[in-house]
Amino acid sequence: MCMKIKLLNISKLTFFSVFTATVLMVGCNGNNGNVEDQIEDSVKTDNLSDEFNKAKQVIYGIPSPIETAMLMKRAGAKYNQDYLNPLLNVGNYTTTKSMSLNLGIYSTDLSFASMFEQSQSTIKYLSATKKLADELGILNAIDKSIITRLENNVNNRDSSMEIISETFMNSNSFLKENDRGEIAAIILTGGWLEGLYIGCLVAKNTASNKEMIERIADQRLSLNTLISLMNEYKNDPNVQSILPDMERLKTVFDKIQTSSSNMEVVEKDGKSIISSKSEVKVSTKVFNEICETITEIRTNIIK
Amino acid sequence: MKKIFIFIVAVTMVAVLPNAANAQCKNFAKKICKLELLPYVHDGIYNATVLSEGETAELYKTFYSGQEYRITICGDENLPPIQYQVLDAERNVLYDNKKHQFAKNFDFKLESSKQLIISIQVQTSDELSDQILSGCVAVLVGFMNIENSFKQY
Repeated sequence: MCMKIKLLNISKLTFFSVFTATVLMVGCNGNNGNVEDQIEDSVKTDNLSDEFNKAKQVIYGIPSPIETAMLMKRAGAKYNQDYLNPLLNVGNYTTTKSMSLNLGIYSTDLSFASMFEQSQSTIKYLSATKKLADELGILNAIDKSIITRLENNVNNRDSSMEIISETFMNSNSFLKENDRGEIAAIILTGGWLEGLYIGCLVAKNTASNKEMIERIADQRLSLNTLISLMNEYKNDPNVQSILPDMERLKTVFDKIQTSSSNMEVVEKDGKSIISSKSEVKVSTKVFNEICETITEIRTNIIK
Repeated sequence: MKKIFIFIVAVTMVAVLPNAANAQCKNFAKKICKLELLPYVHDGIYNATVLSEGETAELYKTFYSGQEYRITICGDENLPPIQYQVLDAERNVLYDNKKHQFAKNFDFKLESSKQLIISIQVQTSDELSDQILSGCVAVLVGFMNIENSFKQY
């Protein structure tokens, strides 16, 4: 009975959608031709749309700049201003692609500075991200009140991170709502690349770098997700021009040897620990190749 | 004349409603769902969409070893309960919130970094109704700030 009622409702909805779509099509095309053909086409489109709606939605979760900065700090990174993209470069970025990639890069630099409580750098990198976000037309992602809040809380890391997290959410929700998901994907790509680049520098300049190298090796997992995300927008020319670099990185990451056991969940103090043993072997040669490739890609982006 | 007016209103609504729904979804994620993450820090990624009862969505994400995470999944109050499962890459179920009274939060950490799948489904309502219920569902990921983290193993 319930199903019947629902089906009836769908029929009404379908009729209304078909009717509206048909009228809109006639209006847009200014075409008074064969209306029956148009109704038939609309019904076909509507059926396809129904099929599509039945398919599950897939969301690709990429590490955000703030998560990347947290991972690096946890792996023993120390702050070094020289690792970051110089602020003077911000004026060089004039195309959508360069602005988007470098907005991601500056977002990771901003998170990195904030994570290490570098108050002046944090405010300056926030201003750089605001400039690029404004130029990309991302409205109100970083407004004056956010800058003031950050200035007032810059010495409180928890509050700073909360404010930075809010700016990221403002940006990517604005882009997704306005059907500019490809820009959001490119920004995340820039942020991820910067994290990998800084990770390489930290690992190369730190004697005890085992954990950082493990973190870099872990990026093979995120890279696969990132490529899947970019493939969703593969018709976009900017995405098309970035994908080959990501594929090139993947070829190098694929040289890492891995093995792992099944996962199981253990409860401890009300929290779950997902346990599994895994072995990841990164040779010096492969590590150097990853770092050389990322340095080359990043150098081309920030110039 | 009245019919034309009704028709124009209907067409306008069809054009405007998706944007209104998106804006509503954003506010829901930011103002209601995000509070559920506390004291974890939101990673800043906005994942929210409008789902109807019976519909599913999946989030693919890499979670890193040692990091303490909270996944929060919440839906509009008019929606039936939201079921979600945490799966490994071979789709073995690691956690099912249905066994935990449809809990919104799942707190966990991993011994080694893995890609996990968060599979979400809006349950079908048992109530007799002539409407298919739909509403905003948000999936947010947070992590614990280092100083607040529980003991490493």
